[in-house]
Amino acid sequence: MTQLHTDNTARAVSWRPLCERRDLVADSGVVAWLDEAQVALFHLPSTDQGEQLFALENRDPKSGANVIGRGIVGSLKGELVIASPLYKQHFRLKDGSCLEYPEQRLRAWPVRINGDLVEIAEA
Amino acid sequence: MKPGISSIKSETLIIIGNGMVGHHCVEQLIERGAMAHYDIHVYGEERQRAYDRVHLSEYFGGRDAESLALCQPDLYDTHGVHLHLGVQVLDIDRDNQEIITSAGRQRYDRLVLATGSFPFVPPIPGAEGNSRLVYRTLDDLDAIRDAAVSARRGVVVGGGLLGLEAANALKSLGLEAHVVEFAPRLMPVQLDDQGGAALKARIEALGVGVHLNRATSEIVPGEEYAYRMNFNDGEYLETDLIVFSAGIRPQDALARSASLEVGERGGVIIDDDFRSSDPTIYAIGECASWNGSCFGLVAPGYSMARNLALQLVGAQHECFAGADMSTKLKLLGVDVGSIGDAHAATPGAKSYRYIDEANNSYRRLVVSADNSRVIGAVLVGDNSYYDTLLQYAQNGIKLPADPSSLILPLSDGAPTLGADALPDTATLCSCHNVSKGAVCCAIDAGCTDLGELKAQTKAGTGCGGCAALVKQVFEHELSARGVEVDKSLCEHFAHTRQELYDIVRVNRITRFDELLAKHGRGHIGCDICKPAVGSILASCWNQPITDPTLVPLQDTNDTFMANMQKNGTYSIVPRIAGGEITPDKLITLGAVAKKYDLYTKITGGQRIDLFGAQLHQLPDIWGELIDAGFETGHAYGKSLRTVKSCVGSTWCRYGVQDSVGMAIRLENRYKGLRAPHKIKFGVSGCTRECAEAQSKDIGVIATENGWNLYVSGNGGMRPRHAELFATDLDDATLIRYIDRYLMFYVRTADKLQRTSVWRESIEGGLDYLKEVIIEDSLDLAAELEAQMQLVVDRYECEWANALADPEKLKRFRTFVNDQRGDPDIHFVKERGQPRPARASELQLIPVTQEASS
Ligand SMILES: Cc1cc2nc3c(=O)[nH]c(=O)nc-3n(C[C@H](O)[C@H](O)[C@H](O)COP(=O)(O)OP(=O)(O)OC[C@H]3O[C@@H](n4cnc5c(N)ncnc54)[C@H](O)[C@@H]3O)c2cc1C
Ligand code: SF4
Repeated sequence: MTQLHTDNTARAVSWRPLCERRDLVADSGVVAWLDEAQVALFHLPSTDQGEQLFALENRDPKSGANVIGRGIVGSLKGELVIASPLYKQHFRLKDGSCLEYPEQRLRAWPVRINGDLVEIAEA
Repeated sequence: MKPGISSIKSETLIIIGNGMVGHHCVEQLIERGAMAHYDIHVYGEERQRAYDRVHLSEYFGGRDAESLALCQPDLYDTHGVHLHLGVQVLDIDRDNQEIITSAGRQRYDRLVLATGSFPFVPPIPGAEGNSRLVYRTLDDLDAIRDAAVSARRGVVVGGGLLGLEAANALKSLGLEAHVVEFAPRLMPVQLDDQGGAALKARIEALGVGVHLNRATSEIVPGEEYAYRMNFNDGEYLETDLIVFSAGIRPQDALARSASLEVGERGGVIIDDDFRSSDPTIYAIGECASWNGSCFGLVAPGYSMARNLALQLVGAQHECFAGADMSTKLKLLGVDVGSIGDAHAATPGAKSYRYIDEANNSYRRLVVSADNSRVIGAVLVGDNSYYDTLLQYAQNGIKLPADPSSLILPLSDGAPTLGADALPDTATLCSCHNVSKGAVCCAIDAGCTDLGELKAQTKAGTGCGGCAALVKQVFEHELSARGVEVDKSLCEHFAHTRQELYDIVRVNRITRFDELLAKHGRGHIGCDICKPAVGSILASCWNQPITDPTLVPLQDTNDTFMANMQKNGTYSIVPRIAGGEITPDKLITLGAVAKKYDLYTKITGGQRIDLFGAQLHQLPDIWGELIDAGFETGHAYGKSLRTVKSCVGSTWCRYGVQDSVGMAIRLENRYKGLRAPHKIKFGVSGCTRECAEAQSKDIGVIATENGWNLYVSGNGGMRPRHAELFATDLDDATLIRYIDRYLMFYVRTADKLQRTSVWRESIEGGLDYLKEVIIEDSLDLAAELEAQMQLVVDRYECEWANALADPEKLKRFRTFVNDQRGDPDIHFVKERGQPRPARASELQLIPVTQEASS
C-alpha cells in the first residue's frame, strides 16, 4: 500500500473507498461523488516526489459551477496547481488555497491509493 | 569685457536673439566645445531668458515663466557665455564689425541673427491698445491677461494655427471667444475645404464663434462692448479685446538697415550654410529666408542651429536642404494634422478622403501619381493616424495595396506602422533630429528607461509631437533585444512558441513529456505551456487529441470536445460545411436537441449550436449525431471553425462562381487543422460580398476569372479588413496559396495570435508575405504544402475516434463512481427553451416552470 498524500494524515483517520484506481486519468482530473459532495481527484503518476494523488472540492468558488476537476494540472513556482477551466485562477493541489485570490479556497481531503482502490478520509 | 578671458579666445561671436533657435545654437555650441574658440555674447530683447514658445499657451494653463524656460538659470554663466537680456540690438555697423545697443558698441568677428518673427497686424484704423493685442511673447500674454480682467468677449483676427490657439487662450480666461477669418475656411494654409469645415463645426460646438470671409475695415467704439469691428460686407461684431494673429513676418529689421539682402517676402537671405550676403553674418530660425521661404516652425530652426554650431567649431555639418512643414496640434482640444502636400498640388497627385459628418472628422490622404507613396495628408478630429502617415511620407514607405486603409476608421484605433517597419535612418524626432538608429544606439549603450533616453538623445523634448512614436520604437527595440518583454512561453520553457514549433518539427517530437524533458524544466508543465504544446503537436502530427498522452494537455474544451459554458455544461456545434445542410440533417439536429432538452441557436458562422449538455451526455448526443452523418465542428478548438458562404452562382442572379461549392471544399480540406488560434473563412460568389469574407482570416471572393484571395481579416473585438493577397486565381492555385499561408502562420505565429495580429507583427508586412507565399522567396512552399497535406490526410473526426474507444469515453462521466448528473445544474425556460437559472432564481422556480421575463 502506498500512501500518496501525507498532509493531515498524522492523526488517526478512517479511510473509506471512493472509486477505483482505474477511474483515474493520469496528469488530469476526474470527479467522484461523496455524500452530497463533489470531489475532484488529480492523479500525477510521476512527479519529482513520485506518484501523487490529490482531492479537492469540485466547485469553483468564482463561477459557482462544478468544474474544478476539468481544469489543467500544472506546476507554478514549484507548487502543484490546478487551473480552473472557466476563469483560469490557480488552486494549490496540496491544500486548495488559491494563488491569485486568497479569499477563494477549495476544501481538500486526504486521499490515497490502496491497491485497486482510491480511498478518502474525512479531514 | 574681461580681458583675461577674451585674450585666450581668438574670436568674438555675437548672437542676436535669445529665442528658441538662438538658445538652441548656444547649447549646441557649448556641447561642441566652442567655448574654447569663441567669446560668446548673446543679446535678447525680451526680459526672460529663452523659453518654450511652442508651449506658450500653457502660461494661461497655470505654468509660470520659469517653468517654460529652456535651461537652468546658470547654464550660460557656468560656461562663460555672456547673456545680455532686455537689451535690444539697434543696428549693425558692418564696416567696423560692431553691433550697437543703447549701452554702446561691441565688436564681433562673427554675428548670428536669430531674431525670429513678429506678429503681423494689418493696418486697420482704430486698432490700438486692447484692440491691438498680439500673441507671441510672455509679455504679450501678460497684456492679454490684463485686458481680459474687465472683458466679457474677445475676438481673434486670423483663423490659422496660432489664431485658434489664441482663441483657446481667451476661452481659458473665461471670455466668450470669436474667430474672424479673412479666408473662406479655417487654417487655410494647412487644410482643404472639407477639413476646414469639419474643424469649424467642431470649434463651434465648443462655443467659439467662427466668422469666415470677413475683412475688418475699421475698429470703432462699441455700444454693448468696448469696441465694434466693422466688416467690409456691412456686418459688425462687438468685443472688449482683439488679438491679432494674422500671420507672422520675419524679424529682419536689423538686416534691412544694415543693407543685407532680404527675401521678397522678408527674411534674411541665407545660403545652404546659413550665411547671409555678408560672409561674417549668419541667420537662423524664423528670421532666415532660404530658397525663398521662411520656416515658421521650431524643427527647421533647430536643424539650422545645430548645423551652424557644427560649422562654427569646424566640424562636419549638413547643408540646409529645406524642412518638412508637417504639423500636428490640438487646437481648442480638436486634433488637427497636416502633412506634406496637403493640397495635392503635386502634378498627378491623387486623394483619398474620409468624411464623417456625424462626428466632424475628416481625413485626406494624398498619394503620388503612381499610387505608391504618401505625399500629404490632412487630419481633423483624430490625430492618431498622424505618426504612421508621417512615417509613410517621410521615409517613402510603399503604400499598402489598399491605401485608404490608412485613413479608414478601425475600432482598435488608427493603423500603426510597426516600429520595425521603419528604416534606421527614419527621423523620429525632427526637432532634435533623432533617428531610429540613434535610439537603437542609446539602447545598445545600456539605456533601458524612456526618461533616460529622452535626457540622452533629447528625442521627444522639442515640440513633443513625436513622443508616442519614440516610446513605441523604444519599447519595440528594447523587447527586440530581449530586455523588457521576456518571450519565454512560461516558467517551463525558455522558448517562444515559434521556437518550440521548430524543435518539435525538426526533432520529430510527438509527446509533451519528451519535449519537457529535453527542452524544458520540471516534470509537469502548466496551463500555459500544455495547451500551447498540445496545439503545436496537433499542427505537426495531427494525432487524435484524446490520445492518453495528449489529453492532459488540452483545455477542458478540447479535452471534452465541446465548449464549456458558465454553469459547467457544454455546447455542441457539429460541422455544417459551408453552411449547407440537408433537411434530414436539420431534423436530426432538432430531434437531438429536443430529446436532450438543449437550447438551440444559429451561430454567426452558419451553424447550429446546441447548449446545456452535461459531460456524461456528450457521448450519447454525439453518437446520434454521427449516426446521422455529422462530424465534429471543432468549435472548441484553436482550429478551423467555419467557412461562411453565400449561395453564389448556383442561385444568385449576380453570382459569378459557385461559392458554396468552394466553401465546402475549403472547409473539408482544412477542418482538422489546429493552429495558434481559431481560423475563419468566408467565400462570396461575387464582389457584393454577402459572405463578409473580408472580415475573415481567409476571404475568397469570386471574380469573372476565378477567385480573389484576401488574408488576415478579423471581426470580433478588433475588426480588421482583410487585405487583397492575390487575384483571379484558379481553384488549384487558390488552395495552394491557402495551404502555404496557413502553414506559414501555424509555424511562425505566437500562441493565441490571430492571423490579423500575426500579419501586423510581420516585418516587411504584406509584401513580405507575398514574397514567401507567392514567389516562394524562402524556398519553403513545397514543404508548407507537404505539411498541410499531412494534416489533411490524417484528418479523422475526433468524436468518432473517441466513441470507438471505451477507455477514452471513461472521461465523459460527471462522476466516476455514480450515475447521476450534476445536481447543481438548473435550467429555467425562457422563450420556449431552457437556459441556465440565475442564482436568484434557484430557490424560487421549480425546474419545469417558465420564467416570466
Ligand atoms: C503661441 C505659439 C505656438 C507655437 N506652436 C508651435 C508648434 O506647435 N510647433 C512649432 O514647431 N512651432 C510653434 N511655434 C513657432 C515657434 O515658437 C517658433 O518657430 C520658434 O520660436 C522660432 O524660434 P526663433 O528663435 O527663430 O524665434 P523666437 O523664438 O521668436 O526668438 C527670437 C527672439 O529674438 C528676439 N529679438 C528680435 N529682434 C531682436 C533684436 N533686435 N535685439 C535683441 N533681440 C531680438 C526676440 O525678442 C525673440 O525673443 C509657436 C509659436 C507661438 C507664438
Ligand atoms: S456575394 Fe454576390 S453571389 Fe453571393 S449572394 Fe451576394 S450578390 Fe449573390
